[in-house]
Amino acid sequence: MEIFTQQLINGLVLGSIYALVALGYTMVYGILGLINFAHGDITMIGALVALTVVQALAAAGVPAPLVLVLAGGCAILVCSLLGLSIERVAYRPLRRAPRLAPLITAIGVSILLQYSAALIWGKQYIALPKLIEPAAINIGGAQMTTLQLAIFVLACAIMAVLLWFIKASRMGRAMRATEQNPDVAGLMGVNTNAVIAFTFVLGSAIGAVAGLMVVLYYGIGHYFMGFMLGLKAFTAAVLGGIGNVGGAVMGGLLLGIIESMASGYIGDLTGGVLGSNYRDIFAFLVLVLVLVIKPSGLMGQAGGDRA
Amino acid sequence: MHKALRHTLIATLVTTLIAACGQEAPPPPKAEAPKAPEVITVKIGSASPLTGPQAHIGVDIRNGVQLAIEDANAANVEIGGKKVKFEMVAEDDEANPTKATTVAQKLVDAKVAAVVGHFNSGASIPASKIYSDAGIPQISPSSTNPKYTEQGFKTTFRVVAHDGQQGPTLARFAAKTLGAKTVAVIDDSTAYGQGLADNFEATAKSLGMKIVAREHTTDKDTDFKAILTKIKGRKPDLIMFGGIDPQAGPMVKQMKDLGIKAKFIGGDGMQTPNFIKLAGDAAAEGVMASIPGLPKEQMPGGKAFLEKYKTKFNQEVELFAPMGYDAVMVFIDAMKRAGSTDPAKFLPEIGKTNYQGVIGPIAFDEKGDLKNGPITIYVVKGGKWEALETVKPEAAQAAATATGSAPAATAPAAPAAEAAKK
Repeated sequence: MEIFTQQLINGLVLGSIYALVALGYTMVYGILGLINFAHGDITMIGALVALTVVQALAAAGVPAPLVLVLAGGCAILVCSLLGLSIERVAYRPLRRAPRLAPLITAIGVSILLQYSAALIWGKQYIALPKLIEPAAINIGGAQMTTLQLAIFVLACAIMAVLLWFIKASRMGRAMRATEQNPDVAGLMGVNTNAVIAFTFVLGSAIGAVAGLMVVLYYGIGHYFMGFMLGLKAFTAAVLGGIGNVGGAVMGGLLLGIIESMASGYIGDLTGGVLGSNYRDIFAFLVLVLVLVIKPSGLMGQAGGDRA
Repeated sequence: MHKALRHTLIATLVTTLIAACGQEAPPPPKAEAPKAPEVITVKIGSASPLTGPQAHIGVDIRNGVQLAIEDANAANVEIGGKKVKFEMVAEDDEANPTKATTVAQKLVDAKVAAVVGHFNSGASIPASKIYSDAGIPQISPSSTNPKYTEQGFKTTFRVVAHDGQQGPTLARFAAKTLGAKTVAVIDDSTAYGQGLADNFEATAKSLGMKIVAREHTTDKDTDFKAILTKIKGRKPDLIMFGGIDPQAGPMVKQMKDLGIKAKFIGGDGMQTPNFIKLAGDAAAEGVMASIPGLPKEQMPGGKAFLEKYKTKFNQEVELFAPMGYDAVMVFIDAMKRAGSTDPAKFLPEIGKTNYQGVIGPIAFDEKGDLKNGPITIYVVKGGKWEALETVKPEAAQAAATATGSAPAATAPAAPAAEAAKK
């Protein structure tokens, strides 16, 4: 039982990171009908920027909480600017183009970001310098660190604020209006270009926070780390119903739990034929199943495909 | 009219060129004709990653080769009565198996007499076919996958102990020195990692240790919480990992997060300073790993070599420079005994090598593996790797039994299922 609890905790923490990244996918898809495949790599850039800031400041003896705030701040700033410029340069000119064009551009941007990062940071794994020494908490025999708890709580807080923001704020209303019909929203006085740019900035900023979390959690960064994370988050978004913000949260948490349970128990279930190195199968099996059985996802509206 | 003429001219030109090339292709064989110049030049290839994340190790090997060649030239080596000048041809294989075959072909085309390389098992194995086809002897300074010398090639040698020796040595160390009774084995699903883990597991079982879990991850993963949680439930005394530092570091860190108290041991792929950085000092403390060969300070020719290397390159020896150096010396030694620099003539002599190198006595078994290569176990103490114990592998026999039972990967299913019932 305590093993089960432990796997559940592992899954929830992993899932909350997936969910944060999935938000970026789902918000952009909701408004533009575009799958922004570069989003995983924006998260990677956020992670590496945070890592660099931590490396620079930790050596200088700056206190840990301040380092974290500065690292997060720099990552958010860089990613926001990056999201803004990618939208302006790569996607906006293609807004009225056939749907395939921006998709291919997105993949191009993703590769551009990866190899730019490889040039800047090199191809080796980068280690996080010693910064915080998280304490352990015992929950029903399972062990959780304060860091894991902080990641989970912060992720949930960000998601709750975002849901509230979209539901209640003026900008959130503009986003929903643009989502329903950009042309009509424009006629009603909504500056749709600004709304779309804002959505990219918001998604990228949340991605940057997720990147910082990954770096703190695993203590390691790499120019290719955004690829798998992006794919998983995309799967989570599809699982929850792409375009639906609440669905991305649910899909992310669910995917984290599925993965954790699968890699924990697959060896026993298959009698040792499949090992835990096959855990990625589950994430993508989920993707295939959702697309075949319920393409609109768990919380998506059927036939809501507008763009 | 003009056009036709031009075509004819081009055609003639091309034919002449082809003919010229054709004539060039079979060059006069090794200069053994009496009219050959007094000094003959012999090229020695060096193939290792010179760019990318493993460049520091690859450059280290190349420096070792360069040092050996300079020493040999300074000593005015004479082979078969002729003065020989050695020349290094260094190539970069980027630690990439595909690039390795290209590099191998390049070295063959450059007519090297022998090759020191490659660094990675994944590169040495595909390249070895090309050297074998060309009849050029190859000594790898560092590749430890048993398969490298098991392909039936007469041209493959290595001057390190292989995983078939390293795995069992780790297992014996775990049983005897650590007194481990139950062990969980994890590998990274690569030729190196899985081979090491399989060899460890086979010997561990034969020594009466219980394998409570056998898990696999990949060489790209950084999240091991799920498999470590499963292992935590089985409460092993020891966790053995076959893989390299980018996985081993986060793995050890996550072990600590999960409150796993088991000891942790692995192979040479994780015995790096980077591992300690990735894991963090606190989690890395007490972790053990083996490395084939003696600690560089304890090598018979170690101290002098380290100093010479430092003066020449103004940096410390990373890892395999002494092996690269000795590999060249083994070639030259064989050439001297054969009285020829022709690979076909001195190749049989390499197998009969009995040479006292920097790393210790070098002799090869019938497969081309280093006989009685020592293995050193290191432990992290105060944020640094320290040599703990040097073990001579119980030679070829132990290795043979271990590699013989390689398909043991699926075997732990029984104890695993048993433990799950609890």
